Amino acid sequence: MQTDKEVLIKLAQQNPSELGPDELGQSASLKKIRVTKALVMVNSSTSGIVAGSMKTWKAIEQYAAERSIDIDLAETGSIGLSSEDPVISVQLPGRTRIFFSRITPEKVPSLLDDIFHQEVPDQHVIGQLLREGQEPWKDVPSLEDIPYFALQSRIVMESCGIIDPFSIEEYIAGGGYRAFLLTIRSYTFSEVCDLVIDSGLRGRSGGGYSTGEKWKAAFLTPSDQKFLVCNAEESDPGAFMDRTLMEGDPFRLLEGISIAAYAIGSNRAYIYIRSEYKNAIRRINNAIKVLREMGLLGDNILDSGYNLQISLRKGPGAFVCGEETALIASLEGRRGMPSSKPPYPSTSGYLGRPTVVNNVETLSNLPGIIRNGPDWFKGIGTAECPGTKIFSISGRVTLTGLVEVPLGTSFDTIVNKIIGGVGKGRELKALHVGGPSGCMVPVELMDIPVTYETLKEKGLIMGSGGIFVMDDLSCVVNTVSYFMEYMNKQSCGKCIPCREGTRRMAEILGSITRKPADEEGHTTLERFKGVMQLETLAEVMKDTSLCGLGQNAPNPVLSSLKYFRHEYEEHIFDRRCPSNSCTELRSWFIDVDLCTGCSICAKRCPAEAIIGTARHPYFIVQEKCIGCGICHEVCKFTAVYYK
Amino acid sequence: MGVRLEVNGRSIEAEKGETILSALNRHGMHVPTICSMKDLSPSGACRMCVVEVEGSENLVPSCSFPIEGPMKIMTHSPRVLRARKTNVELLLSNHPDDCLYCERNGSCELQSLSEDLNIRERRIPGKKSPHKIDKSSPAIIRDPSKCILCGRCVRICEEIMATSSLDFAHRGNELKISTTLAKPLNYSNCTSCGQCLVACPTGALIEHVQFPELEAHIHAPGKLVVAQYSSAVAVSVAELLGYKPGTDLSGIINAVLRRYGFDKVFETSFGADLMIMEQARIYQDRKKDGQDLPLITSSCPAWIHYAEQYYPGLLPFLSPLKSPQQMAGALIREWFSRAVKEEGKEIVSVVISSCSAAKTEARRMEMTRSGIPVIDLVLTTRELARMIKLSGLDLERLEPELPDAPFYSTGSAGKLCGVAGGEAEATVRTIYAQTTGTEIPASKLHRFRIHKPYREMTVKARKTEIRMGTVSGLNNAVAVIKELISGRKKLDILEVMACPDGCINGGGQPIPAEEKLIRLRSKAVYDIDNVSNMHVAHGDPLIKDIYREMLKDAGGQLSQDLFYTTYLKREVLL
Repeated sequence: MQTDKEVLIKLAQQNPSELGPDELGQSASLKKIRVTKALVMVNSSTSGIVAGSMKTWKAIEQYAAERSIDIDLAETGSIGLSSEDPVISVQLPGRTRIFFSRITPEKVPSLLDDIFHQEVPDQHVIGQLLREGQEPWKDVPSLEDIPYFALQSRIVMESCGIIDPFSIEEYIAGGGYRAFLLTIRSYTFSEVCDLVIDSGLRGRSGGGYSTGEKWKAAFLTPSDQKFLVCNAEESDPGAFMDRTLMEGDPFRLLEGISIAAYAIGSNRAYIYIRSEYKNAIRRINNAIKVLREMGLLGDNILDSGYNLQISLRKGPGAFVCGEETALIASLEGRRGMPSSKPPYPSTSGYLGRPTVVNNVETLSNLPGIIRNGPDWFKGIGTAECPGTKIFSISGRVTLTGLVEVPLGTSFDTIVNKIIGGVGKGRELKALHVGGPSGCMVPVELMDIPVTYETLKEKGLIMGSGGIFVMDDLSCVVNTVSYFMEYMNKQSCGKCIPCREGTRRMAEILGSITRKPADEEGHTTLERFKGVMQLETLAEVMKDTSLCGLGQNAPNPVLSSLKYFRHEYEEHIFDRRCPSNSCTELRSWFIDVDLCTGCSICAKRCPAEAIIGTARHPYFIVQEKCIGCGICHEVCKFTAVYYK
Repeated sequence: MGVRLEVNGRSIEAEKGETILSALNRHGMHVPTICSMKDLSPSGACRMCVVEVEGSENLVPSCSFPIEGPMKIMTHSPRVLRARKTNVELLLSNHPDDCLYCERNGSCELQSLSEDLNIRERRIPGKKSPHKIDKSSPAIIRDPSKCILCGRCVRICEEIMATSSLDFAHRGNELKISTTLAKPLNYSNCTSCGQCLVACPTGALIEHVQFPELEAHIHAPGKLVVAQYSSAVAVSVAELLGYKPGTDLSGIINAVLRRYGFDKVFETSFGADLMIMEQARIYQDRKKDGQDLPLITSSCPAWIHYAEQYYPGLLPFLSPLKSPQQMAGALIREWFSRAVKEEGKEIVSVVISSCSAAKTEARRMEMTRSGIPVIDLVLTTRELARMIKLSGLDLERLEPELPDAPFYSTGSAGKLCGVAGGEAEATVRTIYAQTTGTEIPASKLHRFRIHKPYREMTVKARKTEIRMGTVSGLNNAVAVIKELISGRKKLDILEVMACPDGCINGGGQPIPAEEKLIRLRSKAVYDIDNVSNMHVAHGDPLIKDIYREMLKDAGGQLSQDLFYTTYLKREVLL
């Protein structure tokens, strides 16, 4: 859709209540509330593509071409329900938009047939998006009524999965860029800082440091040049909120960056993004290009005298580059290694100039805060921690995806009510909160309100907000061991406690979860000594590591030792894994009564540990068995069992 | 602005903005460090210097933490000591237990740290990273298994030597110090300056020891083993032998080397005197033609290597002369050629030098005559100290002896080349005398001796002016050269020394190379000159003899044949 630049700018400048009928109509069609032909939107973000949404896209194209139906096919971001992808939404002229889940290509014809016949299919319906001036569908729940959305308050993610991330028109018609224009027209640099301090916004990347205070420090440091850096190096395994935001609503991020850059008096901003985020890079690059053409980026923005350039920098891909000093080093072209603080980047950062590093989610909060005022923002969440936080939920749960809730919401609400808890018949064991350097949260702590303070009180951290859910089939020690190995691989290696400490810890944990070469000698004692050492090592690492990566690396170990010590003990003394997920600790046997001697297990055994004669029961040689369980998987007679 | 700090219950005064470590050191409080080095950017990597600061959640690295206001600090609380000890134990868990066989046994910082922290058992077991030893460089051996990844070599190579041969590579427990594309050192842009050897706290970087080969030569019949050593060696080896630092041990060295089995003992300063004579001549010629000025000295092999790699355009400005040890070496071989022919003896020419780059230099094609290297072996000051200890001689009872004629200097000009600025000073003395016919008063050049990496001075000789300059440390050299290229600076003669403060701080010198010791070494060299009766190379009777009997003329045919060399542009990986 081609719309005049001036019209858009005018829309962005005006209060929605002051719009005339013509402009309201224009805004409604720009917002895709008023459509003239059927609109089909496909989630083309990474979570969608992984689930095969591009094939669905082709199937829809083919469907329309074969039947010569004129439809409007558009891309959108993820609505947050990653496990339900490919998610598509369909909107007929005059009707509300309906969201469908898991639409694989073969389901497209029947689904679209139904819709075009004004019928709602029985399956795959998520809900409908109720908007003014549209006729709702009968017997279709409103999105706001289904449990997943009902308990969320979407501020940052409000448009994710609904708008087209390539369309500036849709963003502006939905209220976008009003905040930025308000900022550069009505506020001085320091007023913006004060306003954000007043709103109580805190960094969403884990530390929870006041965003406004950070700005103020940079603003008050005299320098010829200041920099704003958007930290989009999201490398926590299981965290994808930043990616989803960038893919679903890139203009919001860029507006946030523009506001933040203005606040610190900078006219140079960088987005430091993981190079793996190809999809997000494509959208951000497009957004920057469009904004430049619109005159919302560049020199003398809308004759305000304010200049701003935003550039995208691809990170070579390292977990540690999420740490701000390492990120700055990488941005400067040096090896991504953290340096000692102080000096903080807000006084001496990129090229030695005052630099503010803010995370994607933090920056995406800004347009809302400026537009609606700090009091509105303070009305959400708790007094100490206003606003919302996006959690990305993965692991053994019914639904996986993103959840945006006001700070102060309990884990119970997030995991059990919103996301539907663990699978049927399973029991929740623990949550691992905050990525690889996060903490194990036991079931007893599910009811605590989630804020930076309460978590800290309990010795936990929020991290970037990844929640990995574990049920009774997941092993705590094995999970911790995995995270420790990850931390060791990702440690930059600069300081001793982190480089050598994570390595030794990973070795100790490995000795607990892996099969010993021999049971003789003092191996049990050695393992026990290892666990004793874990605690001292962990404390020294916390005490002396250079950056947050090393300081937080022992978190999984410390928290799991605190709440799940019995699991460690079972691994060490009984040499068995209570959830049976440590493969090397499993002992497999063949039931002589059930085995028919089909020999398939012996053929598939990678360790050649199964012997026998055809048509007679087979036997597993325990010394050779590596516990992988392939025999169990391939046995058609359920003759293979473990002890 | 003064700030009061409370350290371990005692109150001390500190400056606002300085680091906690510098305040502690100034008040005589010792906090162990590994990665911190004077003049290099703080790294904060080793976490040895952590202290407990009241109000701070974690321990604080004192080497990089600036003092902003009053603080309460504990430097040796149980928490701090436990952290330091555990960190050293973690280092040891990935370190080979072969101190007894290590080159740095006794001078290793890791060894003394674990001794200080009373580590008596291998408490943390674990796998060790596999590594390959890199013996490719003629000067430097790199054994990464002993590396504790403090990054001192990386920073000195980048920040002082402007070379960046070494840097960190890989992550986590695979982190290692690596050359570009992990090539062997001889493929890298390493200039063999050896500053990393001196900076390394452990045995991860050591010189390529040639000592065992020497043993074989000394005791073989039919060999004429000839030694030459430089003034920088003479004033530094004392530190390794228990003498007062800055003692000139020339006489003792002569005596020991003879008893050790060397047939002749010469001084490299004789080569330096020759170099000054030839260099003055080259300068006069170039000044007359008014081209290829400034004349840039070529006595430092690491600098030559560097210029060939990074400033090939500068090569015509370099003096075409070899380094003093190579000039002396060439002359020695020429001198003894008749003996070789008639008596069937084989010359083994040994250089004892403060320089590790001399080891690489001796392997250059340009340094051979008829395809045979002029210098067979190059030993460092450290190797000399080991040789002296091995000789079993009681140095206290040895009478100082003179070197062998004819290759030693009776004057001090050649010896002055041991310090940065010395070569320029000595050369200008000769140029001045040649231009004016009178000797320059010694005091006139004293202003040139201030302790600064770059200094320049203009000397008036009759109607002409000699604009002389000296620079040491390759990073400083690069800065000066950029000025020269851009035309902002004009000089007639520029002395470049790769190592900061010149040969006395070379890569083959005693470890540690603290600033205090460097000053004493430099003072010792200047003292030799101050008490000497003969300050100029052209006045040295032995030099006069050699020119009269053998070389005839400075810049003459034989001189060119023996002393001149050529340079080549080198392509290297970064």
